[in-house]
Amino acid sequence: MRTVVEQAAATAGGRVRFRDARIEMAHGAGGKASRRLIEGLIVPLLRGQGGDGSQAGKLAEPLADAAYLDVDGTRLAMTADSFVVRPLRFPGGSIGELAVNGTVNDLAVSAARPLALLLTLVIEEGLATETLEAEVRAIAEAARRAGVEVVGGDTKVVEHGKADGMYITTAGVGRVDPRARCAASEVRAGDQVLVSGPIGDHGITILLARGEIELEAELRSDTRSVYPLVAGLLAAARDGVRWMRDPTRGGVATALNELARDSRLGIVLREEQIPVREPVRGACELLGLDPLHIANEGQFLAVVAPAQAAAALAAVRSVPGGEAAVIIGEVRAEPARTVLAAASYGGTRVVDMLVGDPLPRIC
Amino acid sequence: MKYVDEFRDPKLIRQAAEEIRRLARPGRHYRIMEVCGGHTHAIYRFGLEGLLPDNLELIHGPGCPVCVLPMGRTDDGLALAELPEVIFTAFGDVMRVPGTKGSPLEHKARGAAIRMVYSPLDALKLAEAHPDRHVVFFAIGFETTAPSTALTLLRARELGIRNFSVFCNHVTIIPAIRAILDSPGMRLDAFVGPGHVSTVIGCRPYEFIAQDYGKPIVVSGFEPLDILQSLVMILRQLAAGRAEVENQYARVVPWEGNLPALRALEEVFELRPYFEWRGLGFISQSALKLRDAFAEWDSERRYTVPGIRVTDPKAAQCGEVLKGVLKPPQCKLFGRECTPERPVGALMVSSEGACAAYYHYVHRAAAAASLER
Repeated sequence: MRTVVEQAAATAGGRVRFRDARIEMAHGAGGKASRRLIEGLIVPLLRGQGGDGSQAGKLAEPLADAAYLDVDGTRLAMTADSFVVRPLRFPGGSIGELAVNGTVNDLAVSAARPLALLLTLVIEEGLATETLEAEVRAIAEAARRAGVEVVGGDTKVVEHGKADGMYITTAGVGRVDPRARCAASEVRAGDQVLVSGPIGDHGITILLARGEIELEAELRSDTRSVYPLVAGLLAAARDGVRWMRDPTRGGVATALNELARDSRLGIVLREEQIPVREPVRGACELLGLDPLHIANEGQFLAVVAPAQAAAALAAVRSVPGGEAAVIIGEVRAEPARTVLAAASYGGTRVVDMLVGDPLPRIC
Repeated sequence: MKYVDEFRDPKLIRQAAEEIRRLARPGRHYRIMEVCGGHTHAIYRFGLEGLLPDNLELIHGPGCPVCVLPMGRTDDGLALAELPEVIFTAFGDVMRVPGTKGSPLEHKARGAAIRMVYSPLDALKLAEAHPDRHVVFFAIGFETTAPSTALTLLRARELGIRNFSVFCNHVTIIPAIRAILDSPGMRLDAFVGPGHVSTVIGCRPYEFIAQDYGKPIVVSGFEPLDILQSLVMILRQLAAGRAEVENQYARVVPWEGNLPALRALEEVFELRPYFEWRGLGFISQSALKLRDAFAEWDSERRYTVPGIRVTDPKAAQCGEVLKGVLKPPQCKLFGRECTPERPVGALMVSSEGACAAYYHYVHRAAAAASLER
């Protein structure tokens, strides 16, 4: 009989088919269901476009953070992201800041310097102008801090009750560092996995800000541009940086599982090294959630060649905001396509992708 | 994290594991059941099985509320959810449990008014906020969660909130343990006793296990060190030929239980003559229903629920896994048709279910090489 891991690997290697009759919230949660929707329905249909197969290359890694376009010898990265969050404002940030930083970060972890953003606002009828103004100000401020310009966009208003106040979509373009070679296919056994700081702050902040759970914690969203950290990393270990990702929905576990699947390698995390703030750990313990599944909006993961790992870590730590960066594990040949967490006392567990929305465990 | 980190201390964990290996007599096979799904989850989450000697086998018990709930009860609850005036509320644990026509989440996607709540009191608040609707709380769990349902019902009566009712699926742990002890072919040596349930019922109700059946039981906490220490205590009892109820989780579990919680249970609930459990069949006096004084708040009396018995999908062997007869990967559907994402059986849904725990955390021998520095 095959083990679970082998069975999962066999499924992952094959074609994904989307057979769900309806779209559920889980399809947007960034985990397995999202992957099935994108790889099983959206990509196959888009791949057929044009008929000459010329688009296929650009969609080769459909779950990567940005697509690459080569224009007259310059490699550009393009990405778009929509932001749906309730409440609109939360400790440490707001939807406007998220919309800028999220797209900036997708470009940054694609080894691209963010150049310009397009901004689309879908506003619900009845939204206070004051609220809208605050968000546009937040967008302007976040763009200024990230060193990127909002160069255009669109505005729509929908009926009352059709959008949680407002939805924001941003699209971004950036110039790719010509010396960077980041892709799952570049990753090798022995490479080190670096995370830029404590994980889970954003997801738990939002969960608590909704006020549905009577828990209070000194916690703020980590939303920020990670570009300065990425730039520091690339400057110190340019050709040693093999892969980067910002672990948003689905968290670190989902991002690393995608890497394990795409690279056909294994990733072993050192459980005790994974940085998690006390309030996040506490909330996760109480609610039966795994910090590795919780969303981040201001951290990134990098896989670095072993020879450059120390320099890479020092470089990220030397950038303000990167002091808490740490190596959390390494890439192994075995077990292929699997993420493990090993505790120092010898216990090992499989870290799976997020399945559906993270649902608190009560009973 | 206080009260947690102390119980995850790598050095102490290694020492406890060594002590277990020292106590487990070669040539003897130990079958120890952890009754509670929370323990099953912790055993896999912390990779504890890999620390145990090969001749110590952990059998996963029935203490996972959504696992033992027969599908017909989920269907009955979801039939209520389809009524136009009803807002159906349940814990997150229940949201992915499959019914014949899909899980609560799938019903929600089709437009049913289904809300996840963190406490039955939140469901009551929802009823207050929506006087034109009727809020049903799908109550589930052992004695761990039953007191919060009881207190909510007492509050509903006190506040005179009448657009609220409870679809009660609360079950009690003792009859299930007795059923397992009485089932033929169950060769168990000892039990790791449930921790959370015992905070309510205390340790006394387990005395029959030691006295009548001659098996040790140690009530245990949920951290790695708790579980390993409980196994040490069990092995010491077995080595000395003792059979006693011991309380490893004394920092939380009072020997006599939580008397106010027990009083609330007594006031609101009475035992059903019998109740169906997945895998274990009908067990007499194993579940709770609302007393007549709370009939107004009893969904089963306010509405006609279909009450149809539904058998599990044919190929699914949830019952055998629940009884410990099969290990999860021995089920024909495990990891193929039945995964945490598209569960066929409830054991794959709850993170406390043996199948989900195996699926999420089980590791291959090749993977066991941890990062040693």
